[in-house]
Amino acid sequence: MMMELSADESAFRDAVRVFVAGNLPAALRQKVERAQHLGREDFLAWHKILHAKGWIAPGWPVEHGGTGWSPMQRHIFDDELATACAPQIMPFGLSMVGPVIMNFGNDAQKAHYLPRILSGEDWWCQGYSEPGAGSDLASLKTKAVRDGDHYVVDGAKTWTTYAQFADMMFCLVRTSSEGKRQEGISFLLMDMKSDGITVKPIRTMDGGQEINEVFLDNVRVPAENLIGEEGKGWTYAKFLLGYERTGMATIGRSRRQLKEVRKIAASEPLGEGTLSDDPKFREKAAAIEIDLLALESLVLQVLAEQSAGANPGPESSFLKIKGTEIQQALSELLLEAVGNYAHPFVPEALEHGWNEEPIGPAYAAAAAPHYFNYRKTSIYGGTNEIQKNIVAKMILGL
Amino acid sequence: MDIMLSDEQRLLKESVERFIAGEYGFEQRKSWVEGGAGYSPENWATFAELGWLALPLPEDHGGLGGTLGDVAVLMEGFGRGLVVEPYLATVLLGAQIIADAGTDAQKVDILPRVAEGQMKLAFAHTERQSRYDLTDVKTEAKAGSGGFTLNGQKSIVFGAPDADLLVVSARTDGGQRSAEGLSLFCVAPDAAGLTVRAYGTQDDHRAADLTLENVEVDASALIGSAGEAFPTISKTVQRAMIALGAEAVGAMDVLNELTFEYLKTRKQFGAPIGAFQSLQHRAAEMLMAHKLSRAMVFRMAKASADDEALAQAASATKVQIGQAGKFVGQQAIQLHGGIGMTHEYAAGHYFKRLTMIDALFGTTDHHLSSYATSSFISS
Repeated sequence: MMMELSADESAFRDAVRVFVAGNLPAALRQKVERAQHLGREDFLAWHKILHAKGWIAPGWPVEHGGTGWSPMQRHIFDDELATACAPQIMPFGLSMVGPVIMNFGNDAQKAHYLPRILSGEDWWCQGYSEPGAGSDLASLKTKAVRDGDHYVVDGAKTWTTYAQFADMMFCLVRTSSEGKRQEGISFLLMDMKSDGITVKPIRTMDGGQEINEVFLDNVRVPAENLIGEEGKGWTYAKFLLGYERTGMATIGRSRRQLKEVRKIAASEPLGEGTLSDDPKFREKAAAIEIDLLALESLVLQVLAEQSAGANPGPESSFLKIKGTEIQQALSELLLEAVGNYAHPFVPEALEHGWNEEPIGPAYAAAAAPHYFNYRKTSIYGGTNEIQKNIVAKMILGL
Repeated sequence: MDIMLSDEQRLLKESVERFIAGEYGFEQRKSWVEGGAGYSPENWATFAELGWLALPLPEDHGGLGGTLGDVAVLMEGFGRGLVVEPYLATVLLGAQIIADAGTDAQKVDILPRVAEGQMKLAFAHTERQSRYDLTDVKTEAKAGSGGFTLNGQKSIVFGAPDADLLVVSARTDGGQRSAEGLSLFCVAPDAAGLTVRAYGTQDDHRAADLTLENVEVDASALIGSAGEAFPTISKTVQRAMIALGAEAVGAMDVLNELTFEYLKTRKQFGAPIGAFQSLQHRAAEMLMAHKLSRAMVFRMAKASADDEALAQAASATKVQIGQAGKFVGQQAIQLHGGIGMTHEYAAGHYFKRLTMIDALFGTTDHHLSSYATSSFISS
């Protein structure tokens, strides 16, 4: 089923579609379609194309470079980009630290960082989790000690997505161990080229390399890189969690993947016909599609509420939980769909420019790695269990 | 403020919620259910006064011309109170069929009386063998001199025991499972040859099984054109499925409220049981099921223009509601423990209604299978 669009919305969708068709480089589209690994330049190339068009930050206020689109337009935009196999727009600058700087940064910070986020000049990464602080984030130990007009930072961050590409890191650090744990946390911006920062890659079970450990060894960070007030970092981090959660639902990407799985099923032989004749398979796909419809309905509701100025309620957690459940269910269905050819592991086939004859159908190479990789979705961004804790606190207040 | 609703819908929501909270208490409901008609005729008169019976009916015939979205608002409110008055049977099924396919004379005769609360209808379609296949009809109508003779059997006809007029489907042509050849007739409940076996249902509604043995009706009893009733039947039922989804959403909401309150107050092991994480997560999942269902139902109520879209929207809604309703219902009983099992306590009654909603117009599995077939065609 498709969204019901007004005439204006259809015209907008067509305009986005025409732009993407004319401006998304074919090589990039192909990489995304084949689920190959994207490099820094791949992400940035698309980022810069959207930036040049003025479409890089639809969620931002117009005065900071946003588009002024309605919630429905933003949803259509996301959907069109995903459908067209455009690379994901990295959230670390645009959806995470950007809004924090906008709301809690000083004028100098806004003037310096916001344009560089828009242009893609600074690639940001998120320094939250630590080896000893995952779901219990407030137990973080990385210490920042004031020394003149600098902070000296010592500690380690982990699971840091694309730290290897990053120019900057926004970081939660402990500036005090007095009082409540949350009250001793501050929000600090760091240049990744600073002395004392070491990035060590963590290879994941799918063979990919997205995440890293980041060691911080006597790193001197200018005090002007502190966001807001010392000790208020937890508040800013919580604000960030409530911002732009509709993107976590990844409706467009999931819809494209569902279409892809059905296409694969139609070409996988089964008896006299294909896998898509199998009622059990069809029902699994239908069940995911219905879940996706319900989630999309909730996204549209939340977008409308946001534009009316409502604070995010438990819905933001639900978008994360259900969105990732759907992503995982799809990755599972894809794995089932490719059947025997889930087995061969040819890491080079996931890199762009690999020109050899694929083993089995070309679409099979990424199926199992994608399934393995997507177990991350219910873990990152606050595990789905943590999301349920948050909701329970809201509704039960215990 | 409920951003998904128009200003008028917000007023309607306030009005129905005020009625349910003020006039439709659990104990009062019990006395109505156990009384003669199985519901409150006074409430029915109130529904007429408030314009609820007229809501979706055409303006030319005493109706308000409301949309399916408006109906969903009302039905959500009804779900909150577990309303037993025969609204679905009379307004959403019987009167909708007359409005959609009836002759001018039938519309003029029937619709204003429904709107004013003077006439209750029931839709007799399902048969013993048909399960959830809307095309499967064995009841026959033979054309004779000046009318038709009906023979056959109808199952689980909601609202039939107290209906003033029955809308009965029968085959004038075609094989047992053909979408062609179906016709609809107005049949008086006291017609000669009609046997009404009335009973109560698990969720306190009233229904009947009908036997038609040489029931004679006039030619003027034919609703619309002979043999062309199927599109009206399927469209009416599909719209009713979405409305029923809204009722389920209202019921889930109340069941969640009851359960969350219980988790906060019931103490075991020296703490409110809501302090235990396994129950906290269950509560979060119950709320998620409700929120997703509500967003889905109200969106589908707004959408659904062409027939293919309506069929898919109705099936998708039924699957969502079926799964969510079962989850919320079962967990509400589980989290309440023993008290949830009792007849005295409201939770069980909401659970029973949600369960029966799944069994009405096709179960989750039935609609998942329909959706799977149609979505592969359209994708």
